[in-house]
Amino acid sequence: MILLKQKTNLPGFHLSLGYTMLYLSLVVLIPLSMLFVKTSTMSFAEFWSVVTAPRTLAAYRLSFGAAFIASFINVFFGFLIAWVLSRYRFPGKKLVDALIDFPFALPTAVAGIALTTLYASNGILGSVLAKIGIQSAYNALGVVLALMFIGLPFIVRTIEPVLQELDPELEEAASSLGAGRWEIFRRIIFPAILPSIVTGFSLAFARTIGEYGSVVFIAGNMPGKTEIAPLLIITKLEEFDYSGATAIALVMLLVSFLLLALTNWAQWWTSKKVGMN
Amino acid sequence: MSNARTEPAVVRWSLIGIALAYLVLFIFMPLFIVFSTALEKGIAYYFHSLTDVDTIAAIKLTLITALIAVPLNLVFGVAASWVIAKFDFRGKSLLLTLIDVPLSVSPVISGLIFVLLFGLQGLFGPWLRAHDIKIIFTPIAIVIATIFVTFPMVARELIPVMKAQGSEEEEAAITLGASGWKTFWYVTLPNIKWGLLYGIILCNARAMGEFGAVSVVSGHIRGLTNTLPLQIEILYNDYDFTAAFAAASLLAFLALFTLVIKTLVEYRYRAELEAVGKKTH
Repeated sequence: MILLKQKTNLPGFHLSLGYTMLYLSLVVLIPLSMLFVKTSTMSFAEFWSVVTAPRTLAAYRLSFGAAFIASFINVFFGFLIAWVLSRYRFPGKKLVDALIDFPFALPTAVAGIALTTLYASNGILGSVLAKIGIQSAYNALGVVLALMFIGLPFIVRTIEPVLQELDPELEEAASSLGAGRWEIFRRIIFPAILPSIVTGFSLAFARTIGEYGSVVFIAGNMPGKTEIAPLLIITKLEEFDYSGATAIALVMLLVSFLLLALTNWAQWWTSKKVGMN
Repeated sequence: MSNARTEPAVVRWSLIGIALAYLVLFIFMPLFIVFSTALEKGIAYYFHSLTDVDTIAAIKLTLITALIAVPLNLVFGVAASWVIAKFDFRGKSLLLTLIDVPLSVSPVISGLIFVLLFGLQGLFGPWLRAHDIKIIFTPIAIVIATIFVTFPMVARELIPVMKAQGSEEEEAAITLGASGWKTFWYVTLPNIKWGLLYGIILCNARAMGEFGAVSVVSGHIRGLTNTLPLQIEILYNDYDFTAAFAAASLLAFLALFTLVIKTLVEYRYRAELEAVGKKTH
């Protein structure tokens, strides 16, 4: 019992831990380690020339850039939706609240063809945008729109519970001391929800950088221009260039892990800073 | 609600308006377009395209895949949440982080790693070929990739529910002489059944809807290695939009069903928490 930290009479510790570790290793850890095994068979020069090739860099730029812009826009609208849902009453609110998770529940291929049909220049929304000279499908804007759809629930569902649990007395006290609504928001509400905004942003960002199904239909897929990184991995695989595919994948994976680690740190840092005020 | 916590009606309704407009654009419109396109050639054509031989084969493969992947991840989810929620041990937070890993891996990479394991040039490629076993581009690879992608779904839903439940009831049952399995069956299971139900439904929705990972390992052989999402892609790329959206409407129904279960489970769970709260106060 060297692993256990406390005494309990509950049975099944070794059995359930053993099974959990075995299944985790077989299903996740061993397969995922293949990325490192495969990369280790490449020389560094080989690896470097794949991940810095102009086509690869363009794909990274599109995948990371579009994910960043989409998550940034979603922070504003996601916050607004979380605010409206947790503070105001309006007809149909329960239905709206339930449907927030729709992008999370809907298979990505379905989202992909639905968004492409909507935003293509002959689609319901795309034709409106086309009239004012904006092309909203088969280009970077289409990628951003698809990622906005995918990322929204992550941001709303991270901010909403924090807004709901905010102590009403703080706001009432500030109000009785003469603070206006805007000042209360800026000095009391915003600092309290800032950590959840940071978390929501990076959850959405991490989820959308590797997104494939919802994006591949609307992206255009022109090498060097509108080709997302996951599609480039598939292209390399179809050419039987396993090493090239693996190198591109490894960089993406390391970036998303780095991001999640950074988020944890940022969350810890902001909550500490807010706590000190 | 006192004045201190709310805004003037004009501000309130403008904010509600902007939020709803955004949701109409990004949630209601995609949902609407799936069903309107699926039915644009009439109900007869809708059912005609759903009963296409390849689409039926895709539906079958999707059901079989979920039928294998969900129970496996269910057993894992129960074991993992039992050990994480009921015991305090070294390395627990690392274990929690590792369980979530498949969620932050791009679906395409989730497929790629199995090509690296079982593909012709993969680690086991030569051995598999020598023994005349094919995994990549067969339904087996689709099942394996689906298991990876849906790996954390049950565990993630179950861990917080089991944690919130505590372990006093189980400890009492054991002290009174119940066996471990009996305790789990009669004490733990009734307490976690709603969370468990939602975990299974969510895992199932993910298993049936996975696209990127299965796309990499499937080989897209019509009638043989296409799941429903892959069949949707093929129909769409063949410009048979009505048939593509008819097939997509099945998955959209599944998504809506998942949300209904989620809402019901949350409602049940809140009611139970309130009942517990009343008892203790």
